[in-house]
Amino acid sequence: MGVAEQLTRGRSIVRGRIDVLLVTLLVVLLGVDLLGQLVGGALGFPFLASVFLEGLVVGLAYGLAGIGLSMTYSILNFANFAHGDTVTVGAFAGWSTAYVLGGLGTAGVGSLFLLGGSPSISVLSAFGVVVIGALTAGASGAALSLALDRVVYRPMRSADGISLLIASIGVALGLRYLIAFVYGTDVRGVTAPVSKLGLFRLEGVTGIGLIRPGQRVGELAGAGELPFFLPVGAGGTGSEVLVSLTLHGVALAIAASGLMLGVHLLLQRTKLGTAMRAMADNKPLARVTGIPTERVIRATWIVGGALTGIAGFLIVLERGTMSFTFGWLLLLFIFSAVILGGIGSIYGAMAGGIIIGLVDSMAIIWLPSSLTKAAAFAVLILVLIVRPDGLFGGVTTA
Amino acid sequence: MIAGTMGGIYLLLILVGLLAGFDAGGVVNTLRAATVYAAGYGMLVLALNLHWGYTGLFNIGVAGFMAVGTYTTAILSAAPSTEPGFGLGLPLGVAVIGGMLAAALLGVLTALPALRLRADYLAIVTVALSEIIRLGIKSRPLAEFTLLGTTVGTGGGRGISYPAPNRFGSWALETVPGGGAVYDVGAAVGVARPVIEGVVYMFLLIASAAAFWVFLVRVGNSPFGRVLKAIREDELVASSLGKDTRRFKLIVFAVGCALMGLAGYLWLGRSGFVNDLSFRPNITFFVFVALIIGGAGSNTGSILGGMVFSSVLFYFPQFVSQNFSPGGVAPRNFVAALDGVGAFGAYALQNISAIRFMLIGIVLVYLMQNRPQGLLGHRTESAAAIDLLDRDAGMRADGGAPDTASRPDRQGEDGE
Amino acid sequence: MVGRPIRPRARTDRVRTVSEPPPSAEPLEPPVDTSGEPTVGADGGFPLRVEGLSKTFGGITAVADVSFRISEGSLTGLIGPNGAGKSTTFNCIAGVHTPTAGEIYFNGEPITGFEPSQIATKGLVRTFQIARELEEMTVLENMMLAPSGQLGESLLRSVLPGLRKGVMAQEAELRDRVWEMLELFEIDHLAGEYAGNLSGGQRKLLEMARALMTDPEMVLLDEPLAGVNPTLEEKILDRIQQLRGEGYTFLLVEHDMDVIMNNCEQVIVMHQGKILAEGEPATIRENERVIDAYLGDSDE
Repeated sequence: MGVAEQLTRGRSIVRGRIDVLLVTLLVVLLGVDLLGQLVGGALGFPFLASVFLEGLVVGLAYGLAGIGLSMTYSILNFANFAHGDTVTVGAFAGWSTAYVLGGLGTAGVGSLFLLGGSPSISVLSAFGVVVIGALTAGASGAALSLALDRVVYRPMRSADGISLLIASIGVALGLRYLIAFVYGTDVRGVTAPVSKLGLFRLEGVTGIGLIRPGQRVGELAGAGELPFFLPVGAGGTGSEVLVSLTLHGVALAIAASGLMLGVHLLLQRTKLGTAMRAMADNKPLARVTGIPTERVIRATWIVGGALTGIAGFLIVLERGTMSFTFGWLLLLFIFSAVILGGIGSIYGAMAGGIIIGLVDSMAIIWLPSSLTKAAAFAVLILVLIVRPDGLFGGVTTA
Repeated sequence: MIAGTMGGIYLLLILVGLLAGFDAGGVVNTLRAATVYAAGYGMLVLALNLHWGYTGLFNIGVAGFMAVGTYTTAILSAAPSTEPGFGLGLPLGVAVIGGMLAAALLGVLTALPALRLRADYLAIVTVALSEIIRLGIKSRPLAEFTLLGTTVGTGGGRGISYPAPNRFGSWALETVPGGGAVYDVGAAVGVARPVIEGVVYMFLLIASAAAFWVFLVRVGNSPFGRVLKAIREDELVASSLGKDTRRFKLIVFAVGCALMGLAGYLWLGRSGFVNDLSFRPNITFFVFVALIIGGAGSNTGSILGGMVFSSVLFYFPQFVSQNFSPGGVAPRNFVAALDGVGAFGAYALQNISAIRFMLIGIVLVYLMQNRPQGLLGHRTESAAAIDLLDRDAGMRADGGAPDTASRPDRQGEDGE
Repeated sequence: MVGRPIRPRARTDRVRTVSEPPPSAEPLEPPVDTSGEPTVGADGGFPLRVEGLSKTFGGITAVADVSFRISEGSLTGLIGPNGAGKSTTFNCIAGVHTPTAGEIYFNGEPITGFEPSQIATKGLVRTFQIARELEEMTVLENMMLAPSGQLGESLLRSVLPGLRKGVMAQEAELRDRVWEMLELFEIDHLAGEYAGNLSGGQRKLLEMARALMTDPEMVLLDEPLAGVNPTLEEKILDRIQQLRGEGYTFLLVEHDMDVIMNNCEQVIVMHQGKILAEGEPATIRENERVIDAYLGDSDE
């Protein structure tokens, strides 16, 4: 006896905003430490900037991938453990298409389809191919999600969330090893090296520029060797990269932002979007007021699946490599993003994604590299225990 | 039922083994390996059944708790000077108990904040925890550090070496009188020494699995087990009847995790070496599939599920592909395999590993749609220490003669 | 045998204080004072005291400043139209909700904001309106779950060889009590059935039988007659009266006015979160405000 009694008393004392207080305290402490390291010289600005930027870009991808998960989690009330493998399938479909189109003539179609043959594909050298690949990835994601819903989840509409979760684990296994069966288990490099966009200092002149894959800032004879350089100021000596991002990362950021904007418009300005938001909030009520729920569910899978597929494609574009487990390995990060942001909230998924991306990459300032991923997962656990509603939870979708 | 199923599996394996041209030693070894798998899975599924089948605690962090138990035991028992990994060189008994305690402690720490979460959130927390554990094991800080003046560590990615549990085989045969004779018998039939030692260890595993089973049957068929089932069905009801459900959940979680730790050590850790790759999350999901096949909520079902899953879905395909190869070279990739049925068959055989996992996924979906209670399900085991229907049977505290009042008709019921 | 005795105490021979009426069907003392001030020594005859209870959910006030006392051995009815706050009051007493304000006392001890398990352990048990049977468990298992002080609820005692014998002995005793209770409610023929297979009415009976197995002092009944056919209704009411005779106290939340009026000696009427009236059925029946509340305001 007694455990429950003591905990009741304890809980009522500690109840209230203490969780928010502690988290804010932690963030403030870290921020102060960060500034201290910067000022003291232990941390260089270029490093901080690159880590920050990387986290931002990766976070945008998590957020994009998370939108679909967030929507299905709230509308269908189950945690879709097959979401990561949907990312994988979308990516493979998109990149196979890109390879076949981009490598036409250089190798056999079959070989290209299986991502062999090394056509040199990057966003600069084969922009159109990349775009088509992304669109294919989206279409595949949507088609796959629809098919899965029809075969797996629709017959289980009345089942509880846990049964659906377990079924989705089965789907995850099935998808992942289908890819392994078709494509093999290797990790493969996929893209060609591409230029970087960034803030450089060239012999004392700071400017925004583009630097080619082989070039090193310190070895340049002058600004003329760069395809593009716009001076913005002078000061400091020598040459170094202050902050840079590969063009693939830029593409990811732009595409993800654009898509999120599109989703926002869809949810706010269209009838379908309003229906989706209504269903996310209250399904029985939606049914009663005449919103066709099966149609909305299908739309959710389509939109969510498309975004998920494109996210997979873009992640691979930015990373340059892919393997049959890459989506599965991302699943926890995507869950973190969704739960942190609040299940059902699109903006929450985006914000959550960015935060998780930043946590994951910036953790290296304080933790050894082998533990940075653990930091993101620790955030997930903390959020679930302390505030499972997340940041925007309890608020209407989007 | 259990014996029958295992017998059937044995027959199947013997048949296939003979077809593949095995000698006696090969067949024995095959049966041994399959049984070891079955026993290992059996133990894990039983432990998970305690969490999920009985109490409704959706713990997908099984691999993590196995890792904690195994690694703790490894570190405690490994000799201080061996690399990779560094240990304290404690006696085996201490190490094993230490491992179980560590897993239980982690279970309690997880459970305290997380048990009030709804099932899917608990699932995500346990998965995240399991991954944190794996990353932690691999991490530099834990690979090598100082504890009480001695260097200890997990060995990081290189893993850790420690006294192998399966040395029990050779130890037993050398210690027990008549052990030597077993070797001779084996040699006469064509079964090599290592295989015999392996068989002895197999018996130890079977004994462990049986011990797990007896323990859990006692837990389940008792007032304690009743409360667990009630918690799974409707926690508010259990609470409204005066049961301190938090206490029950904490105890169950800790005990289950300790069992997982032990099973991890005895089974996955049997060769005396583990690293972070030994405990990937896939293991947890396989244990789950096995549990669902057998029937969550039933201890007998857990063993059955463990056996069926490990043998049929896991070991068997692997075994077939390793021992049956089509003539010629199999197609190198999927596109080449599309050349024809023969080519595809050869490719499939070579990649049977991937097909097997696809099959597992499909089976899981099928079960959840059509038979979520699995083979045996919740209803087969009575949550009481005695036969409740037999109202006039013995154990009357006052020793009086049984009532001759009319009895209701007996319903058929599977007892303990 | 160690632990709490698990046979029901013979209530009729307990020591009574002066303010307590004998447990026969004599009418109780007149309506109690609802000024909300704690009265000294009142617990001798009032196992349940609610004082100034309020509960708000977000912006909605479900219960506002409700106070009442339940006399020992009585059958009190809590009625009111939909949305009156009966369920919320009920659930606050039962520990499902934590009151926003006010105090609840059981046998003189505060139980405000306690967990349901703590409240049940003290002897105050509740039933559920939609009978919450543990469906994958048999009727017998449902019943065996209820009693407190079970040795076997300790893991070690259930598992260790010597101690398990003691558990089995206690199980046998409990089993006998369970069969007796099932016979009392005339559902003993369903003993081996899975609770999920029972009809609605049978579930209600099981619900009540199970609650009584906890050996409570007081039982909170949440609409035990909802959706029950008249024959069964009578049976249930008979049981309740019979049990009252053995010393149990009942607080009954019900919709059906007739049932309350014909059976309870004390009636509390709630409306819009407050207590509208309190007293004997005859008084309540003629209370205009009560009539208005149920029919809607016909005239000011």
